[in-house]
Amino acid sequence: MLDSRPTARADLLVRGAHVLDPRSGIDAPHDVLVRGGEIAEIGAPGCLDTPEGGEVVDGEGRHLLPGFVDPHVHLRTPGHEHKEDLDSGTRAAAAGGYVAVVAMPNTDPVVDSASILLSLREQARREARVPVGFLASVTRGLGGEALTEMAELRDAGALGFTDDGKPVHRAGILRKALQYQRLAGGVLCLHEEDPTLSGRGVMHEGNVSARLGLAGIPSVSESTLIARDAALAGYEDGRIHIQHLSARESVEAVAAAKARGVQITAEASPHHLTLTDAALLDDLDTRLKMNPPLRTEDDRQALIDGLRDGTIDCIATDHAPHAREEKEVPFEEAPMGTTGLETAFAAVYTELVAPGVLGLALVVDRMSSGAAALDLPLPAIQVGRPADLCLVDLEAEWEVGEHGYESRAENCCFAGRTLRGRVLATVAAGVIAYRERSFKVVDTVAAGFAGPDAG
Amino acid sequence: MRHLLSIEDLDRATMERILDRAKSFTEVSEREIKKVPALRGRRVLNLFWEASTRTRSSFELAAKALSADVVNLSSSGSAIEKGESLKDTVQTLSAYRPDLIVIRSPHVGAAHLVARWTDAGVVNAGDGKHEHPTQALLDLYALRDRIGSLDGASIWIVGDVLHSRVARSNIHAFAAMGAKVTVCGPPTLIPRGMESLGCEVEFTLDRLGEADVVYALRMQNERMTDSFVPSLREYAARYQVDGRRLASRQVLMHPGPVNRGVELSAEVIDSPQAIIGQQVAAGVVVRMAVLYELLAGRGAPADQPRLATPVGA
Repeated sequence: MLDSRPTARADLLVRGAHVLDPRSGIDAPHDVLVRGGEIAEIGAPGCLDTPEGGEVVDGEGRHLLPGFVDPHVHLRTPGHEHKEDLDSGTRAAAAGGYVAVVAMPNTDPVVDSASILLSLREQARREARVPVGFLASVTRGLGGEALTEMAELRDAGALGFTDDGKPVHRAGILRKALQYQRLAGGVLCLHEEDPTLSGRGVMHEGNVSARLGLAGIPSVSESTLIARDAALAGYEDGRIHIQHLSARESVEAVAAAKARGVQITAEASPHHLTLTDAALLDDLDTRLKMNPPLRTEDDRQALIDGLRDGTIDCIATDHAPHAREEKEVPFEEAPMGTTGLETAFAAVYTELVAPGVLGLALVVDRMSSGAAALDLPLPAIQVGRPADLCLVDLEAEWEVGEHGYESRAENCCFAGRTLRGRVLATVAAGVIAYRERSFKVVDTVAAGFAGPDAG
Repeated sequence: MRHLLSIEDLDRATMERILDRAKSFTEVSEREIKKVPALRGRRVLNLFWEASTRTRSSFELAAKALSADVVNLSSSGSAIEKGESLKDTVQTLSAYRPDLIVIRSPHVGAAHLVARWTDAGVVNAGDGKHEHPTQALLDLYALRDRIGSLDGASIWIVGDVLHSRVARSNIHAFAAMGAKVTVCGPPTLIPRGMESLGCEVEFTLDRLGEADVVYALRMQNERMTDSFVPSLREYAARYQVDGRRLASRQVLMHPGPVNRGVELSAEVIDSPQAIIGQQVAAGVVVRMAVLYELLAGRGAPADQPRLATPVGA
């Protein structure tokens, strides 16, 4: 159910990298040999031979991780290709170490019928640099009134359903979707926000909004709907995934639902884990405007704790590209959203792992565990598995945006910050999807290799 | 000082310097020929992208009294109506090489954005519900004229604090001058976190007697439709400053325009405690002082103005 353009499978030896895969229990330097896009051998450093017709990369002093999986991105296709398209969005994903991403259906037209989904998947097979999965909408046209043909959409390859960008406001409609899930399958991914509470809010409601005179979005706008939907999921024995948690109350609502045995998973974004609304006081940077909004330090701490104890299952970027002219307007007028694919790991590493707040192994796990929430295979560095890898230099510092972005959009909330942790190369589904510009191949044995620009 | 974007950017000494200069300009307003050549040859653009009577006219009069050349633009009838972005409009107008842009906008942070996009000095004449720094300065001026020092004074700001940029700017200005500020209004119209601005919050007028100064805010009719208050009748019953509630020793202020019979009763508007008219009068001299502060002393305009083609005009 994931699609990407067909490209030659890699033959590749990563020599001497520190291999860290919490799921396989590996945490030591190894050679890793990829043959025909599969992990063929894992051996002691220096013991594996160069594959015939393949290439060797020097992993010394670097970390080789299971590639990341993002259950929540906006690739803006079809309809808003001026913000992002399948090629640029998946380039950005590859540059961030992602080996699979899941695109949201709030496009134009909305992905609410099998024919739209099938043509989009066809397009992904021509353009996507890393495998892409698609969610279809819960309601037709995101109108919140009538269910989509969920069973047919599942047959056409929808991983699940979401009205992301909006909540499923009417409890009765969500209940029917949960009932119908028994037939159609597929997790329901929920953007939780009570519009009667968030109103025309543009940022978190609190001290900072009081000071700026901006309309606020209260934390309870999110947590009350999570509580409602967890109750419905429990009642119907359905399965839900809560998108982009932002508030302490929301973490508590998810924890309470998990404790009751509700089938519920949750995600948090790198920006909510590392930034707060205080950042808006500087100059009301529209790149910091997103929904849900950046909240307080207390909320941020609750998200970190939730990620650590497993209440929050995974990190998801909610990569939301917008064109420059759309963001170069007064704050209240600007669209919500920040890009995130290219900075996710570095932001979390810099702000949470390097200072010792979270362990590297835990973060590596949460960077791809979103796959499980959507029934996708979890990347693992194991012999016989497809090569879904990313090679990172944890010491490398870089300034976000200094050399532009792979994404078409530049609305990155971390722009201008110096981050630690650079993705050097990404192998997605056995294909070399990205290599950093400064990253040198040690040795290429001619034939066989097709890099991202070779096709 | 290059811009006046936020009252928070001014320290007490700067505010006092502006107020003292405003005082010296009262003499100009009392002349038969109300004009001095202080800013001759300077260009001031007034961009008013939201309705305004007092602020707009007093900025224009202030610039003219100092002999600056003034152009007024409003959103209706301008390229804004044709969909031109704020950035393009500001960059286009900047090609005329203005020395100062005065901007009123319905959007928070608009003046800060304009300052980023132009070489001219920028004055914030009200940005959404955020700030209105010249209103705060003229209020300080009028109040200082009436009570002298604000040190230790208790000032109550009463009414729709949630939607008021005047409240935000004045809390900072009054506090910077040594006053103790309390905001009071229905809980639906006091934003969560308001006390973080350094004021106290009250939901009733029970302790209004402690105030030395009562600053009433405009209660807008459209607040009813959003259920911020159940009715104007109930609002007036609880929060109207009237003859019973206002003591003779207290000073009454209001930024205008007043809704008679809603936030204020007719008898207090016309009472000797009210300095509402003085606030309006202070608007011209205080804005003269702000223009002077930002423009006088900056390099005189070039003898031969550069021919500039406005972008996209």
